[in-house]
Amino acid sequence: MPELTRRRALGAAASALAGLAVADLVIAGPSRAEASVPNASDPVAFDEVFLGRRIQGGAASHEGGHHHGGGYRVRIDGDELHVMRNADGSWISVVNHYETFATPRAVARAAVRELQGADLVPLVLA
Amino acid sequence: MTVRKNQVQLTATEKRRFVDALLELKRNGQYDTFVTTHNAFIMSDTDNGDRVGHRSPSFLPWHRRYLIEFERQLQAVDPAVALPYWDWRTDRTAGSSLWAADFLGGTGRARDGQVMDGPFSLASGGWPLTVGVDGRGFLRRSLGAGGRQLPTRAEVDSVLAMSTYDAPPWNSASDGFRNHLEGWRGANLHNRVHVWVGGQMGTGVSPNDPVFWLHHAFIDKLWAEWQARHPGSSYLPAAGTPNVVDLHDTMRPWNDVTPADMLDHTRHYTYDTVA
Repeated sequence: MPELTRRRALGAAASALAGLAVADLVIAGPSRAEASVPNASDPVAFDEVFLGRRIQGGAASHEGGHHHGGGYRVRIDGDELHVMRNADGSWISVVNHYETFATPRAVARAAVRELQGADLVPLVLA
Repeated sequence: MTVRKNQVQLTATEKRRFVDALLELKRNGQYDTFVTTHNAFIMSDTDNGDRVGHRSPSFLPWHRRYLIEFERQLQAVDPAVALPYWDWRTDRTAGSSLWAADFLGGTGRARDGQVMDGPFSLASGGWPLTVGVDGRGFLRRSLGAGGRQLPTRAEVDSVLAMSTYDAPPWNSASDGFRNHLEGWRGANLHNRVHVWVGGQMGTGVSPNDPVFWLHHAFIDKLWAEWQARHPGSSYLPAAGTPNVVDLHDTMRPWNDVTPADMLDHTRHYTYDTVA
């Protein structure tokens, strides 16, 4: 399972870096990693505070539930943001469902702007 | 027979009866079941998995049936009501009568996007939002925020000119009429209008905004216009396609209707102008 191993390694590395307050300064050109995402198999993990909200993204553990980000999960202040990956590698979320974004981090930031401080509520499929 | 009219042509009485029927469906709980159904499909339709309501060939027949179901519920309240459509090619500013206080109300205020006038404002008391992705219980909009523009007539014409209904891989990456109309590729028609309205219309629970029905009634009309322009073109795929609704497959959630059943809208309603 080389792919799973690689995803774990990538997630672990990114989480470790994100744990540093100066993560964006430490990584030489953080946008370089994100720019390659649309054609990459594994988007990078992230963990940051954006406009006062903690946004996190990374490979999901197998907790069940419905998510269609190819095993990638995004949270805002700990609540799951339902995200989905399009065939061209771009991303959408349930908060911005008709507008595509290049990376999970961009979709999380767009959701924070859209929420204007409101909390996500769990949505259950009918 | 139900006649769907351009919303600019509605009389004051027709507007009032349409609004009153919406408010009654909201009051009796039926409206919110439509919001829940739409969101369930939008969250589960995926490019590489089962897809029925969106990002797939059945986007158009699925929404046609969904609107027919909704229109029937409106007519159970008031038999004179039909779904109007919003031709955003021509009716393209926040100053349109569509957004007046006697119809859908206007854009949201800057602070929190809240719609402050019309029958669907929080203050009106008749439009609580209970099916949402966040805790905000009021209708929001940001019409044309950031200088966004609605699709133009030329952009619509360029999509109507596409003679192939849909194409492999039958999803958001497809070439052809359906995906260009839906907006995942090219000029971006349907998706862009959702984003232009903003608020709940940009989310998976977009039917919370009554303009959803007027937008989709127009998308449905564009499908009819496309059929009139390309009489030799048919719904695709015809058969045997994994994860996708073929011409004679039944569609969830109804399980009693196929795309083939939905091709001729005149069995259910007509439009005020010929396609």
